[in-house]
Order: sequence, then C-alpha cells, then structure tokens
Amino acid sequence: MAAIDMKVKERPERRLTEMQEGKTPKIEVRDFDFYYSQNQVLHKVTLDVPEKEVTALIGPSGCGKSTFLRSLNRMNDTIAGTRVEGTVTIDGVEIYQPGVDVVALRRRVGMVFQKSNPFPKSVYENVAYGLRIGGIRDRSVLDEVVERSLQRAALWEEVRDRLNTSALSLSGGQQQRLCIARALAVDPEILLMDEPASALDPIATQKIEELIYQLKDNYTIVIVTHNMQQAARVSDRTAFFMLGKLVEVGDTNTMFMTPKEKLTEDYITGRFG
Amino acid sequence: MTAPVMYEPLVPRVGGHRNRRVVDGVWIGLLGISILIILAILVLILGNIFWHGAGTVSWAFLTEPPRDGLTAGGIFPAIVGTAALVILMSIAAVPLGVATAVYLHEYTPHEGPKLAWERFKVSEGRRGRIKLLLRFLSAALATVARSAVANLAGVPSIVFGLFGLGFFIQFVGGGMDRMFYPDGQVVWNQGSLLWAALTLALLTLPTVIVATEEALRTVPPDQREASLALGATQWETIRRVVLPASLPGIFTGGILGVSRGAGEVAPILFTGAAYYLPYLPQKVSDQFMHLGYHVYILSTQSPDVDATMPLLYGTVFVLLVLTFLLNLAGVLLRSRTRSRLR
Repeated sequence: MAAIDMKVKERPERRLTEMQEGKTPKIEVRDFDFYYSQNQVLHKVTLDVPEKEVTALIGPSGCGKSTFLRSLNRMNDTIAGTRVEGTVTIDGVEIYQPGVDVVALRRRVGMVFQKSNPFPKSVYENVAYGLRIGGIRDRSVLDEVVERSLQRAALWEEVRDRLNTSALSLSGGQQQRLCIARALAVDPEILLMDEPASALDPIATQKIEELIYQLKDNYTIVIVTHNMQQAARVSDRTAFFMLGKLVEVGDTNTMFMTPKEKLTEDYITGRFG
Repeated sequence: MTAPVMYEPLVPRVGGHRNRRVVDGVWIGLLGISILIILAILVLILGNIFWHGAGTVSWAFLTEPPRDGLTAGGIFPAIVGTAALVILMSIAAVPLGVATAVYLHEYTPHEGPKLAWERFKVSEGRRGRIKLLLRFLSAALATVARSAVANLAGVPSIVFGLFGLGFFIQFVGGGMDRMFYPDGQVVWNQGSLLWAALTLALLTLPTVIVATEEALRTVPPDQREASLALGATQWETIRRVVLPASLPGIFTGGILGVSRGAGEVAPILFTGAAYYLPYLPQKVSDQFMHLGYHVYILSTQSPDVDATMPLLYGTVFVLLVLTFLLNLAGVLLRSRTRSRLR
C-alpha cells in the first residue's frame, strides 16, 4: 500500500493546463479534501469538469470516487461527522461556502444512484415528484414535463400506456431509466451517475449507455463506473482515482491508449483493481 | 476408470444413536406440550365465554340500557361510552405519538450520545465544533426521550389512573373551574370522558411511538436519498416519501395500542367511568359507562348474582369481540402493507 502511495505524485499544475482549449469548466474542484470523522478519504483533488461532456471517474473499490461524486451535490451532508476542505465551484459559485442553498444546488445537480430507487408510487408520480415539491400543481404542465422527461430518458414508448401503474412493476433497467427521467424532470444542468448500470443486464446497460450518449448534448455528466469498457465507450474525459488521490485525468482516448502514469496503465490493463 | 476411494471414518462410529434420538424426541415433545398448554388455556377462556355469553347477546341486549338495578336490560350506554372514549383517546394519542416518533427517528442523530461526544472531542474548527456539540446534545435528548418512553410503557395502569386524577382532574380541571366558573360550579374538576381519554392516551403513547419508529425504520435510506437528491427539503422528504411509505405500519401500531387501551379499566376508575348512568354522555365533560368497568361492576356489586351472571357473560363477550375486531383490523392492515411493499 505504502509503495503505491508513494508513486502518486502531486502535479496540480499539469492538470490545470490539461483542459482543452475553448471549453469552459462547469465544475472546478481545487485541493479538495474529504474526511469521514478523522478518516481522510480524499486528498487534494483538483479537477475540472467541462460543460456538456461526459466525465468518467474510474478506480478500484474504496478509492473515493463515489465520495467525490456525492461531494458535487453535497449529498454527503446527510452523513454525520463528515468534513471538507478546499473548494468546489459550479458556474463560478463556491458550493461549500456558508449560506449556499443546498436544496437549490441539488435541483441544479441531479443524481442517479447505483441501485435504482423509484418511490413506491406510480410511474407518473415518480417523474412528477420533483415538480410537485417545487409547488407545480398545474396538471397540463405536469403532463407535459412527465412526457418530455420520459422521452429524454428513452422510456416513454415503453410506459406511455401504464403511467398510473406502480413504478415497482417495471423491470430493473426500466426502473433505472425512470430514475433518470425523474432526475431530468427538475431540469438540472449537471447529472451525477453513481455506477448507474452496475446492477443491470447487458442489454439494459447498453440502453443506459446510449442514453448517456444522447444526454450529453444538453447536460454535463459525471459518471462513476467500475467497468473500464463502459468508461471508454461513454466518456469524453476520464479521471483515475486511487487511494483517495486523483492519479491522472485526461481525454478518454488518450488515457486509454497512452496513459502517462504507470499506475493508470496497470489499472486499465487489469493488472490490479 | 479408477476405483472410487473409500475413506475410513475419521471418528470411529460409537453407539448411542438411539439414545440421542430419544433425547431429541423428549425435547420436541416438551416444546410441543407448552404449545398445547397455551392453546388449552385460550380455548378454555374463549370457549367458556362464548358458550355462556353468545346466547345472551341479542339486538335488545346491544341497544337497551340496564334495568332493575343492573339485573336486566342491555349494555347500550357502555358500548357508546367505550366507543366515545376510544375515539377521543385516539385523537389525542396518535398525532402526539407519531409526531414524537418522527422527531426521534428523523431529526435526532442515529449515532448515540457516546459516539457523538467522541466526535465532538476530536473535532476541529469553531463552526464544526458548535455543530457537533449541538449534535451531541440532540443525541442525548433522544436517548433520554427513548428511555422515558420505555419506562412509561412499564408503569402499572393503576398509576396512570392516579396520575389522571391528580393531574388532569385536580390540577388542570380544578384550575379551569377556578378560572372559568368563579361562582363555584364544578364542570371540569370531576371525572369525565375527556380526562379519562387523556389518561388512556398517556397509557397508549408508548405503543404508538415504538410502532411508528419501527415503521419509519422500514423505509429504505435510498428512498430518502432519492428525494433529497431531487432538491426536496428534509420535511418534504418526510411528508411525501417517508410518512406515506410507513403509514400502514403506523396505522397498525395505532390500532394495536388503541385496542389495548380500549380494554383497560384501571386508568378510568378514578377519571370518569360511571357505575350507572341513565343517559348517554352528551359532551366531553360528562361521565360515561364503559364495558370493562361494567364487567367489574356486574361481577362485584350486583344485588342478585344469579340474575346478573348471563349479563356479565354477555358483556365480556361483546368486549372481547370488539377488541378482537380492532386487533384483526391491525393485522390485516399490516399484511396488506407487507404484500404491497414487496
């Protein structure tokens, strides 16, 4: 462990210059530390997430990539005894500064979880949930947004005739797309996905991947995945985490063909992890 | 093809197999007998009451007041009094109990005061320290509240009755009479439906709180996360996701608590149950007749034991049926919820 740790070199200056020309970063993370109580799980992570691209976070289990993802919409606030240092800036606003409206933040930064978690309500009410808590009661508005969200999540054709049946009667893949539709309904700008296809069969996984590919035209997507091929297929940029540190980040193709770090190469080629 | 290898047993087979089988049988038999004893007792009690009681119950018995010094007539006022008492008690106990459970389970830390204190001790930074100190205090409060609830559940019901007399009737009722009726009229400073219902509500509260917390615990954390991630506040999450999902469990707990309260006599002895009333209660400050108390009266205060016996059996029968119906409703609700959540 210690030997690997030593090899992770701090090179923030290079990471900063690695941003592609002409793309403004949607999310800028600088020297971000994260602690569970006294246990530091993220060390000085510095990363830019470009707008309307897919950024994949890869790395072995327990490397902190999910914690990092959940830091971007402050979902970790719900866990007791957590603490952060450093900054996360979205559209120029530091989201960890005092006075930030976390509820408003989460409406802009949607999230899809590893295990699909539809509410035990109808398909329609699941998608309408975010609007209803936003105070929208107008049935025609709700109808329209529900339909459009389901269409964007490539689920409309499959459920248009059973909007009022329980969401729990859908298949696993459909449930996960329903969760994506539910997240899209509140019109976020950023979509965080925590291994969204890890519990799905290959066909359902393929559908989710195609969906991600379409969604990046309109949304900035950050996706955590254990599946190297998936990262290669869906993402524009890839960030490799290990032991709470960001080892390497860059253009996905470049990174998979010619990784700069030995660690990245070892991981990608399956020598560990 | 190689011949199969035959292994010698590692431990030489010793005798005693038959012996062990016998011991096994004896134990299973003993366990079975305890079940039989329980069933026998239940059948004896219920059978006895059904045998003697069912014959007495008629439309007239259910709809007429007692007559001739409780040796004839029906139990209508007692049924009405019990129903009114149970309804009033539920109105008082269920909202308060549910609110307490929601606060305890949703708004106080889950880690317990000890761990919260450890975290506070090692924390850094002024803002973080204040947050963790408040968290510790909240965890401590929750622990105190939970043990208070547990202790409340262990208090004998007659003590609740005495408390109701001392607190509700003497203190609250007496105070209200002094304030609203300076001419010395006694309205609230005596036993009544209201005070009896509130006393019973105290008795029922622990059941409701524990059942509600249990129901809240069954709501998966990922449901809460899904709601929070959509930009819901904690209260919106509780109201729209957590409470709907746990509502049937809360109902079940409420009904079981209420059905227990419906049969309790001790708490209402001093707080409003009447020996005999020629009229039905009209307002919450009226006294009332009660099925359980009526059973006690019939069995101890009757001038003619032989004439009262069938009435007594009939009253017990009605009380049991009502309690069973409430329990049955609770069980049905629970099983329906379980199948729905699956």
